Amino acid sequence: MRSISMTALAATMALAVSACASNPPPEPAPAPTETAVVAPPRVTPPPSPPAVPTPPPRTGPAAGSKADFAAKVTDRVYFDYDQYNLDDDDRRALNAQVAWLKQYPTTRVEVQGHADERGTKDYNIALGARRAESVASYLKAQGIAADRIGTISFGKDKPLDMGHDEAAWARNRNSYTNIIVEAVS
Amino acid sequence: MRTLSLIMIAIASIILPAAPASAQLKVQVVGEEYVPMRIAIPDFGAQGPGAAEIARDLGEVLRADLSSSTAFSLINKASFIERNLDIALPPTFGDWSVAGIEAQALVVGKVIVTQASSTTSLTVQFRLYDVYGQSQLIASELTVPTPLDWRRLAHKVADEVYSRLTGDTGYFDSRIAFVSKTPGEEGFRGRLAIMDQDGANAEFLLSGFSAVMNPRFSPTRQMILYGAYVPHPVYPQATLLRTYLYDISNGRQEILAENPGSMEYSARFSPDGNSIAFSRVVNGNADIYIMDLARGSSSERRLTRDSAVDTSPSFSPDGKKIVFESDRGAGQQLYIMNENGEPMTCPSGAREAACRITFEDGARFGDPVWSPRGDWIAFSVQRRGQFAIGVIEPSGRGFRILTDGYQDESPSWSPNGRVIVFQRTASKGAGPKLYSVDLTARNTRRVPTPRDATNPTWGPLLK
Repeated sequence: MRSISMTALAATMALAVSACASNPPPEPAPAPTETAVVAPPRVTPPPSPPAVPTPPPRTGPAAGSKADFAAKVTDRVYFDYDQYNLDDDDRRALNAQVAWLKQYPTTRVEVQGHADERGTKDYNIALGARRAESVASYLKAQGIAADRIGTISFGKDKPLDMGHDEAAWARNRNSYTNIIVEAVS
Repeated sequence: MRTLSLIMIAIASIILPAAPASAQLKVQVVGEEYVPMRIAIPDFGAQGPGAAEIARDLGEVLRADLSSSTAFSLINKASFIERNLDIALPPTFGDWSVAGIEAQALVVGKVIVTQASSTTSLTVQFRLYDVYGQSQLIASELTVPTPLDWRRLAHKVADEVYSRLTGDTGYFDSRIAFVSKTPGEEGFRGRLAIMDQDGANAEFLLSGFSAVMNPRFSPTRQMILYGAYVPHPVYPQATLLRTYLYDISNGRQEILAENPGSMEYSARFSPDGNSIAFSRVVNGNADIYIMDLARGSSSERRLTRDSAVDTSPSFSPDGKKIVFESDRGAGQQLYIMNENGEPMTCPSGAREAACRITFEDGARFGDPVWSPRGDWIAFSVQRRGQFAIGVIEPSGRGFRILTDGYQDESPSWSPNGRVIVFQRTASKGAGPKLYSVDLTARNTRRVPTPRDATNPTWGPLLK
């Protein structure tokens, strides 16, 4: 790979120079239009608070919807510092999730792992992944099909609480069960 | 040696006899610290339309580069006796060695703007003199095809002067990529951006990606690895964490190691730029893999096989070893393993899959980055409630803290292994900014960015 062809090298340098020559303003413009080869992905907007549809009279969230899940079960379990084990309270909350998921078998979930801001970015991604896996494994062990469950870790970078004290950190060490496919009614 | 590019022409025409090798002017080093050399850089001469303004600005950038290193002490222009130096003539050395100036080195230069039929090019000629030795050390001429590139000429002159007087390679004509953050945005959001090493010419690189992390420059080419949170292709409400390879020269990017049910992140290039090491999380367990870029995922090799968190791999300069972060022992510590997966004989005498190199009680280590010179490994360490940047020798000796911000993390080495750029959160809730520090812990400086910034990665010298 060291032996790049001369033409490639020249093209690289020409482009590098023209990039330098563009002399952009100090504040980069937020939305240039060129260069994205992969279709520009949009990142999922933050999952909570759930979007509650305009309520028709006398009914709550639609059965089997994300809002219904949020209204009926505890969608987030919390962890101790640098830990990822589940306690009895967590299991009770997850049992309710399991019951809901069994009631609406066409739904799918993404379990999101989160960490507090102490620790490096990379370590906290791994720690968040352990927390997500703890919850996902429990859901599977309780009979939810593995292909209905995905996991992702946001590490320390998607905190529930923007504070920087023990209380905020405790809230930010969690695993959130995100409904990614609702039941169609 | 520096490779000459097609657009830069350097000539060395010796006007004065070079000083004998035994008396060559050199920045002195005590321990690892430079003893700053007194250097005088009068404003360069100018010839051609617009040249005077460029000469003034180029001189400022050149002086800023050299004074930003710890190797030089810039002499105040107001004290100069000899004025309007002509690059074609030797300076009056006595005017520069006189008490009150006492310059050891002197740079004299001239900026020439040349207008041809439809093009305008920019040339700088300069001489570096040893004042006490009364000899010329460099005579050089550099050209760029447009005056808009004047900053690059300033950096290239700085690199030649720095290299000649320290004996080390320079680092001023290089760029730093980073993640640009808009204050108030969620932490995982951020856009890939790039700028000159001194903070000039900042611009975004990718339009679509809004949740980029951990960009890592190739040590050999203008290519960057980065991680990004992207929507799941089938279930757009779900998110994937993937690693991409981006070619700055043509804007092309490709996804690496796309496996269902896994996350890939924390990728770094090998020293030759041909392979990467990265973390993959499968079933909640992070392990380290390596892959040849040309051969793709069929060339993947898994290097760690335990239930611990193994992440943040970084190659040694010879490519044979990898330093990484793991909690396999007591908390998060740094370990070194062989790139070929063979066990190692550790200093304790035991044969191990990897040797632990950090041992401080109660400290948690992360972000290890092997210096391109091989002599140091930089890291972030969490101790006493704060994150600091430090260095340690690969043997585990020489542990040294370099910075003392509230939260300093994500170090990256200059291409010559002398300076570290890092991310600093100065206090609880403050926006992250970029700083640099010399490996001797001197000279902590802010590197300006248009907005908040994280995850700096220092690229190679431009060609």
